[in-house]
Amino acid sequence: MKHCLVVDDSSVIRKVARRILEDLEFSISEAEDGLKALEACRQQMPDAILLDWNMPEMDGLEFLLSLRREEGGDQPIVVFCTTENDVAHITRAMRAGANEYIMKPFDKDIVEAKFQEAGLI
Amino acid sequence: MIASQFEYLKQYLKSQSGLVLSNEKQYLVESRLLPVARRHGLAGLSELVQAMQRPGAMQIASDVVEAMTTNESFFFRDTTPFKHFRETMLPAMLKARADRRTIRIWCAAASTGQEPYSLAICLKEEAQKVGGFRVEILGTDLSGEVLDKARNGIYSQFEVQRGLPIQMLLKYFTQKGDLWQINPDIRAMVQWRKLNLLESFSTLGTFDILFCRNVLIYFDQPTKVDVLQRMAKQMPSDGYLVLGAAETVVGLTDAFRPVPDHRGLYQTATAGQGAIGQSPFRARIAG
Repeated sequence: MKHCLVVDDSSVIRKVARRILEDLEFSISEAEDGLKALEACRQQMPDAILLDWNMPEMDGLEFLLSLRREEGGDQPIVVFCTTENDVAHITRAMRAGANEYIMKPFDKDIVEAKFQEAGLI
Repeated sequence: MIASQFEYLKQYLKSQSGLVLSNEKQYLVESRLLPVARRHGLAGLSELVQAMQRPGAMQIASDVVEAMTTNESFFFRDTTPFKHFRETMLPAMLKARADRRTIRIWCAAASTGQEPYSLAICLKEEAQKVGGFRVEILGTDLSGEVLDKARNGIYSQFEVQRGLPIQMLLKYFTQKGDLWQINPDIRAMVQWRKLNLLESFSTLGTFDILFCRNVLIYFDQPTKVDVLQRMAKQMPSDGYLVLGAAETVVGLTDAFRPVPDHRGLYQTATAGQGAIGQSPFRARIAG
């Protein structure tokens, strides 16, 4: 079973994402900001990370840039999941090492399609 | 809606579009036709069916057919057919049409355009191999309304996120507010035409590759047979037919045979072992 870290400051979003990803047979852990996510990754690198952009402490982009510099940090497949839906943001995320990008709002079909694109399912 | 009205609706849809409405599909009728009724200021389905039967109710009747036959679609739907397109059909056709340097593709249930545009994107991605070839894509659909949308190539954020990798979105689309429009060079690769599959195909010309996915399932057996046989007549002896995952030609027609190990892919039955290398001229005569 693949492991996915869900990083979002909204507990509601984390809950929705957890339900969708558990249906897709992922085991889930959660983090509420980039800093906590980075700590979690240092403990154990997940297979996948569903990543919000705007969060307190450390935002998604900073987290991603830091993650990719960590040992083994090139391994997780990172799927952004954010309300930022303009080309400039998407381009920045992809340049920073994201593998896929979901524009909120999302549903199960979108998560499934994007995880397929990213080679996770 | 009373039984005789449902019966009328069934007969009407069958005659106009080939759609076979089984009695279990009553829920579909409600979910699709209530908005049509509302749009025409009618109270419900009974009133809608009554209105359809009045003389001069062409617009209502055509809205009903459109609403019942429009299917959801998304980019690179089911993935496999597009893999087959890039890895099997396209290489075979580039070889077989090396003299004429023209390949014609027909999407027979183009709906809102995602399938033809996905093929156009595949061709862009294979631009090096396809260079020097003229590839025509024709998208047809029963519904004029969906073809208008297809022609504009404007999709919602939801639509561009189902099946389309983000890199392709950035590469082939332009953002317009919350919507995304497919770029003019991709749009220019596809031609659109309103066409009912029950009507003649003879004015369309011939096609090397035919995508006809998830539309035969709505037809009854004799209609499926008729449509497939008439499609075969528009194809050369080495043409490819792509059906939906839940569809088959087996038991319907001998005009096509399954391509081994390629689910959903069929080839014109007259294609022999040497068909791939056959000259286009001979292929045309045989087709």
